[in-house]
Amino acid sequence: MNTAREVWITGVGLVSALGEGLDQHWDRLMAGGPPPYDDKTFAPYITFPLVPVSFDSQIPKKGDQRQMEAWQRIGVYAAGLALTDAGIAKNTEILDKTDMIVAAGGGERDVAVDAAILTDARKVENRDPFVNERLMSDLRPTLFLAQLPNLLAGNISLVHGVVGSSRTFMGEEASGVDALRVAHSRIAAGQSEISLVGGAYNGTRWDLVLLFRLGTPLLEPPFRPVWDRGPKGALTLAAMGAFVVIESRAHAEKRGARPVARLASIQSSRNLRKPGDAEATLRAEWNEIAGQVKKDGAVVISGASGAEPATSEERSVLAAIGLPVRATATHIGNGMEAQFLANIALGCQAVRAGTLFPGSGSGDVGQAPANGIRQAVVTSVGHWRGEGLALIERIG
Amino acid sequence: MAAHRDKKGRPVVAITGMGLVTPLGIGKADNWKKLTAGQSGIRAITRFPTEGLRTTIAGTVDEVYEDGMVSSELSQKLALLAGREAIEESRIGVSGDFPGPLFLAFPPIEIEWSQRFALAAASGANEKIEYGDLVRVAANPQFHDFYEESKYGVVPEHLAETFGTKGSPISLTTACASGATAIQLGLEAIQRGECEAALAIGADGSITAESVVRFSLLSALSTNNASPQGASRPFSKNRDGFVLAEGAAALVLEDYDHALARGAKILGIVEGCGEKADNFHRTRSSPDGKPVISCMRNALADAGVTPDDVDYINAHGTSTPENDKMEYLGVSTVFGEKIKTIPISSNKSMIGHTLTAAGAIEAVVSVLTILNQRIPPTINYQVPDPAIPLDVVPNVARDAKVRRVISNSFGFGGQNTCLVLTGEPA
Repeated sequence: MNTAREVWITGVGLVSALGEGLDQHWDRLMAGGPPPYDDKTFAPYITFPLVPVSFDSQIPKKGDQRQMEAWQRIGVYAAGLALTDAGIAKNTEILDKTDMIVAAGGGERDVAVDAAILTDARKVENRDPFVNERLMSDLRPTLFLAQLPNLLAGNISLVHGVVGSSRTFMGEEASGVDALRVAHSRIAAGQSEISLVGGAYNGTRWDLVLLFRLGTPLLEPPFRPVWDRGPKGALTLAAMGAFVVIESRAHAEKRGARPVARLASIQSSRNLRKPGDAEATLRAEWNEIAGQVKKDGAVVISGASGAEPATSEERSVLAAIGLPVRATATHIGNGMEAQFLANIALGCQAVRAGTLFPGSGSGDVGQAPANGIRQAVVTSVGHWRGEGLALIERIG
Repeated sequence: MAAHRDKKGRPVVAITGMGLVTPLGIGKADNWKKLTAGQSGIRAITRFPTEGLRTTIAGTVDEVYEDGMVSSELSQKLALLAGREAIEESRIGVSGDFPGPLFLAFPPIEIEWSQRFALAAASGANEKIEYGDLVRVAANPQFHDFYEESKYGVVPEHLAETFGTKGSPISLTTACASGATAIQLGLEAIQRGECEAALAIGADGSITAESVVRFSLLSALSTNNASPQGASRPFSKNRDGFVLAEGAAALVLEDYDHALARGAKILGIVEGCGEKADNFHRTRSSPDGKPVISCMRNALADAGVTPDDVDYINAHGTSTPENDKMEYLGVSTVFGEKIKTIPISSNKSMIGHTLTAAGAIEAVVSVLTILNQRIPPTINYQVPDPAIPLDVVPNVARDAKVRRVISNSFGFGGQNTCLVLTGEPA
């Protein structure tokens, strides 16, 4: 089996707190203003809410929008942007054969129903039957479908007609890396010609603030870049959706697609995160691609999460590599399953625009290479597990 | 010796170990005995109070459940049991050092009511309880376990560590097709030459009051509470919904030549896999059956065989009015005249619908069917549906010549995956 087919990124869709589309993101980043965080809604914790979006443009039927919760609408919207950017939106012949891998978290609960049940159950002697009855009467029947992770892919099939195949990976940051890695491997090996890959996350929800606060520090004011959040580190939950269309070079050329960038390499690994583990794993991944990277035209788009000690360990590897570094979570927050794809999208823009936005925080080092940017090394060091590394290259 | 290749020139992928846990029992031997005896594993739910619920029966795995377990803990325990049985049978690697990646079909998990009530109590809020009150006490170390019990990445990480699988563990969901998707991902990885072995597991131990409520509100469940063992009635005219169940299955997938070289016993071959997404509706299949038909045809084409080469269909067969009708439309279109003579049965008539695990469980049962040349029946088949004229192997197991099986898995969200399984090449 041919395992060496070239894989191109031919479409990118990104929506986050910074804006929608690569150009808007880049304009905001290049302007160097303060990150668009919110320190009030979930006070004392800082989050990154989604920029206001007109979902109608990608999800025209209101009925479809009503059937989704926010995380699904964000994802379906970003997927639509990517398909449009790739020039295959509404092209049923191609969409019929387009594969799909989505990295998804869980859907939002009805927090009002939860809170009311918790409140009312306190006065009840026999709690479990009471909860049963309240759930039967208070839950919206269709809420379940907005909670199932695979229903993001299901809604993309429904709204955009992507029906070649549909797979959903779960598991925070690492699932985004693995989604892209598996889709890339399948195309490189000739098992697939074209894939839609991405994720969506809505961290601006009480149920997720609760989940993460159970085990991880969340950032409280004053706001600080991911590199500078102290020895315990901290996350800033965010809303974002990020999708890419990737395809074999042959498939892209045959349909006359304009490539955004080449996805030259992608790796993912795990370890137990004993002290130094993340550093060793990321370094090993770098060593795999170091020979392909030309240092006078490459930058690092870092997925450092702000969690410690993972962020410090990543910084130590990046310092040894010596390329210019920009961490994106400082500007768009933590989008878990969607984070790596968002970073891939921004990496694409770095090689396409050839510019690098101003640094923010002590780990953002270096300047855009004088002769332009031809390669972006995109990292993902998950807040809890998972180390990923991709290499994106300019085409032409 | 020249490397074995399939009709497409790809490495041949063997199954060298299998593990099985269902409401019928723990382990393949016990399960096979009961499956071929036509026994049901469905019973009244005793794990939690069922007052106020419309459905009070399920295929819970009570032998494995321990008091106070949340869904992620039970699902992980089921996965461990099945995984151990499969790895021990395959005799691959050394204990705790499996030489390949993990593909885990696992239910989406979240914070559960017992945990929410514990947080609410700790918050000391006396009047109205809001999420903010729960968040206020969340950082208390006594609740740290809730975090690891509710995050998607944790169980695959634990299993990867326990079994010593290689690389980033992949946890996936394609709803009721998940178990088949886990096998597909392993199959593809070996075909790509990325690895010589892969561990595919489907596990689901997520029956809670709220999960019963969610499916009830979609009118998906049987309400035949008076007769638990007779409630799952695939292809019967009086079928009224599926029965939730728990279980797990694991398969050691291995490059055939790698397995031969180490003298492994070959249990079966994963000959092909097909998938096709449906964009008709969130919970219903396209009425023309096209996605389901394409899915089966894709699987047969991937295996390089025709409907004439298939001896038995392991049905998705959920016992919902909609699925069974749609599946009939699908199989009758794909198999044409042959559908009158080919046996097709539903393991769910006995096990119930194990959701995330079903595709993997039914793949294991399909291989057992080939190994034993005996087809497990569709039980509770008393009132045939005249609109579904199939040989469902009614009520009693049947000896038959079975060389090749197609196993169907269809799920909410337009998920369709079919596997083609066969015995060791002659």
